[in-house]
Order: sequence, then C-alpha cells, then structure tokens
Amino acid sequence: MTDYTASEMMIAVAARPLREARTVFVGVGLPNIACNLARRTGNPDLALIYESGVFGAQPARLPLSIGDPTLVSGATAVMPMADLFMFYLQGGLVDVALLGAAQIDRFGNLNSTVIGDYAAPKVRLPGSGGACEIAINAGQVLIITRLNKRTFVENVDFLTSPGYLSGRAQREAFGIPGGGPQQVITDRCLFDFDPVTGEMRIAGLYPGVTIEEVKANVGWDVAVSPALVEVPPPSEEDLRLMRETLDPDGLYRG
Amino acid sequence: MPVLEEGQGELFQPPDMDAFREWNRRKKSRRMEDKLMTEREAVERFVHENSYIGTELYGTVRCPMSLAREVVRQRERIKNLRVAGQGVLELDLWLAADMVRTLDLTYIGLEVYGISHALRRAVESGRTRTAEWSNAGITWRMKAAAMGVPFLPTTSMLGTDTLRYSAAKVIEDPFTGRPVCLLPALILDVGMIHVHRADRYGNAQIEGISGFAFELARASKRLIVSAEEIVDSEDIRRQPDRTIIPYYLVDAVVHAPFGSYPGEMPYTYWRDEDEIRAWVEASKTAEGAETYLKRTIFDVPDHAALLEMIGTERLEALRALASQR
Repeated sequence: MTDYTASEMMIAVAARPLREARTVFVGVGLPNIACNLARRTGNPDLALIYESGVFGAQPARLPLSIGDPTLVSGATAVMPMADLFMFYLQGGLVDVALLGAAQIDRFGNLNSTVIGDYAAPKVRLPGSGGACEIAINAGQVLIITRLNKRTFVENVDFLTSPGYLSGRAQREAFGIPGGGPQQVITDRCLFDFDPVTGEMRIAGLYPGVTIEEVKANVGWDVAVSPALVEVPPPSEEDLRLMRETLDPDGLYRG
Repeated sequence: MPVLEEGQGELFQPPDMDAFREWNRRKKSRRMEDKLMTEREAVERFVHENSYIGTELYGTVRCPMSLAREVVRQRERIKNLRVAGQGVLELDLWLAADMVRTLDLTYIGLEVYGISHALRRAVESGRTRTAEWSNAGITWRMKAAAMGVPFLPTTSMLGTDTLRYSAAKVIEDPFTGRPVCLLPALILDVGMIHVHRADRYGNAQIEGISGFAFELARASKRLIVSAEEIVDSEDIRRQPDRTIIPYYLVDAVVHAPFGSYPGEMPYTYWRDEDEIRAWVEASKTAEGAETYLKRTIFDVPDHAALLEMIGTERLEALRALASQR
C-alpha cells in the first residue's frame, strides 16, 4: 500500500460524498482540493460555488484566497456576494457545503468567533464570515477539521454557526431551513450524526486507528455508530491527482 | 407581531430611512461634475471623527488601500472611527492605528496567514467594541439601505450566538408563523471602493468579482471611489453593463494606480506576497505595527511617494504576474 499523509486522507474522504452532489459551496484550502478531486473522479459536472460571487468555478491552479482571480477565469457566472448568498444559498440551491472551525461540539455546532467569554475574550477569532448562513441554508454540511481535544469540546465557547443546536428538533424550532451537518471529517476518523437525536457518533475509523484513540481526543463521551466501518485509504488515482495536479507544491497536503 | 428574540449587540447607526432619503435628495449631487481629487482632499472633506465608515473589497482583491492609508495619515484629526464591514488589509491598518472604536464584525482575518493580531489586541483589550454579523448579513443590511427599507427578512444567523451578539431581531413571520430574522438597514456615513476604471464624474467599472460594491455604493451617504485608471466617459459608455457605480452615487474620484497594493487587482496586477508577509510579521506586536505605519504611511507624504519607494521594478513584476482572463 502507498504511503499517504493525514491531509491526503482527509481530502480523499471529503471528496467521496461530493460525488453525488450537484452544487457545492467551497472554501479555500483542503475543501477546495476535495471538491476539485471529486470533479476529476466521477463528478465532472459538480458546480463549485465560492462566496466571493463565483458559480461553477474551474480553477486552473490552487486558489490562495477566496477572491483569487483563478476562481473567476472560466467560471459559469459571476455575481455580487449578496446575490450569491440570497439567490443561490438562501434560495435552496446549494446541495453540500464544506466548513471548518476552531471548536465543534457534540451536536456539530461550530465556533469561529471567540475563545473564552465574548465580553472579555481570551482569543478573538475572525468571526462568522460566510459560515453562519452556509450552516443554516446548505442541504448538507461537511465539516473538515483535525481531531484533538482543543477543537472537539463538550460546549462551544460561542455558537457561531448552527449544527443541531441542542438536538435535531431544535433546527426546526428555530426556523433553520438547511439539512444540517452530515459528516465530520478528521485526520483519524469520520463522524456522522444520530438520525434521531442529532448527536455526533464515530462512524468510521481510518486504517490503524482505534476507538480509544479517538475517544481520548474528544472532550465528551462520544457515541459510536452501530454501523462502524473502517474507512478505505485514498486510491492511487486520488493520490496521483492530488500530487501531480491539484496541489503539486504540497501547500495543503503536507 | 411578537418579537421572538432580540440581539443584544449595539446598533451603531439607526436605520432611519426617511432621513437617508432626505439626505439623498438634498446632499447627493446629481450633476455631471468633475469630482477628481487627491486621497488627501477626499479624506479631509468626507471622513471625520466618529464617521461610520466601510471599505469594500474581497479578501486581498480590489482593496481601497491608498484611501485606507490616507485615513491613517490623518489620524490626529480623525482620531476615532466607527467601522462596518469586512476587511483584511485595510481594517487591519485602522485597528493597528487604534482608530476603531466600534466595529460591525463579519470576518477580519489574514486568510492563509491566520488570525489578525491587530484585531486581537483591539478587541481583547476592550478598546474596540464589537457587534457580530455574517458576510451575507452585512451585505444584506446594505442592500436594505440601498432599497430604502428599514430591514430585510432573512434566515440570517437563526439559532446562533452570532445573532445574540448582533442587533438583529427575530419575529414570527405573519404569513407562515415561522421565525424570520430581520436585519436592520446599514447606512454608512462614508464608503470607500477601489475600481478598475472611472471617469472624472464617478461612473465606475469593475472587472472580475464585484464583492459588495453594488450595495455599499448605495448604502453610503458619501462615497469615495478610487480607480486604477481615469478614463473618458466614452470608454465607460462602451460597456455600460459594467457600470456598477453610476456617477450620481459618487462624491469623490481619486486616481490611484496600484491603489490596492499590497493587495491585488484582477487582471491588472498580483498581490505583493512579501509585503503582506512583512505586515503579518510587523503586526504581531503593537510596537512592530506602529513602526510599520511610520515607515509606510507617516513618513510618506502620499500614495505616489509610496509607489516611488516601492519602485517601478517591483511594481512591474507584480503586473507581469497578473492572471490573464
């Protein structure tokens, strides 16, 4: 078996559910590579949407910024940010979105605003950006983040973007239209969410990783899915595309 | 109609649409007059202490940097600002210059270079008060102002602490009974936008992503446009579909070649990675940031002098790196 990095595994795993999607809301970095991998491995028509106002981007090289002109060249359409958020995202036309965060809790709620108390924060983070509306409106959300206790906390310090709040029914009660988080893709395992309660569960272990190792890196007693699987490694083709075409300089694969 | 939830964040400017309409009626020139002036003059005339001000940009794309630097250069006069909007490089300068008293915050960060040290110092020390919004939320707030309505009903921020620390309100939609978030219109005292080309009257065109230029231009009582190129009106009329900002919205036109530096201008020049890194490094401490401001702003009389300091060779290299369409 070929060697691969933890980031290469995350990218390959994130690309798998995207093979079914028609439209995906993308950020820069790992999510961007995952979407482009999905486009080149079975879903050539996947439309990449960037909040900077680009629909159907076909980036020729790795974008360095969400406003990178490479996202515009060759795209299907370009529009004001307000229109993209309003007519595509709030209009219900985004199937899947990818998000990251500084903290995530057992219901998939995300924090990218402050560490500590809002009034006197220990660390002021960048803020919601587009994440909040994306988490509210996308058909499904895939969360990509590394597994550690600092990130996987029982309660987020600040609920920037909604997962299932305090349980699946809560989204409905608050009038939140989108489908909520579907998977959390980490460098050691894959989580999904209980279809009734909306609580995060260990759904898949990467080769060589144990349940104990995952539990030791999560800040609450995390549940295990009854259908736990071993997640297959990246294919030779996945690795070749990532290394030769999608991120040849290894900016995000390392 | 019951209010289900009320954000406890501050509303830094009330959405008084009648007052805004009255302003537009009385103070917005609808004459085709020459508005060309320098950065210094534009900032002197339109930016004042406690002005509620916003810049338009996307990440490091099309940043009104020559205007943002001029605001810092006039720090002694302007002192304190209220700021709304997104920003990477320009809001970082104002935060580092300790000019930002209140901030409608959606995202301030350095993208690939991580979190903003200037933002951290300003907010963690309590010198800058914040209200939270999202990227969509803030641009929809400007859209409401542009439409002349006091709020827009949206799904924005529902169920979150972002809403709790914003100044939005959630009500029961009178048609369906579902919760709906009302975003208050955001009316700026001053807006700043950098564009590819404008004529001397202010008709302005943008290439590539247009960010929230359309909304910000229409939500600002005073609008300063800086442009890479000042062109004849004939050139504007050749592609009228590109005129995102027509002259009647504009109060000042500034000719600013490399005005987005060290940010980029799509199809014109690439960003200066070394200079952005220099800022990231310098801004790690308050002293480092002040030294950087002195070197690039206080010791430099104007934008032309800064370009001279950077040198033609470096600027031409950035032009050569610009992506082609």
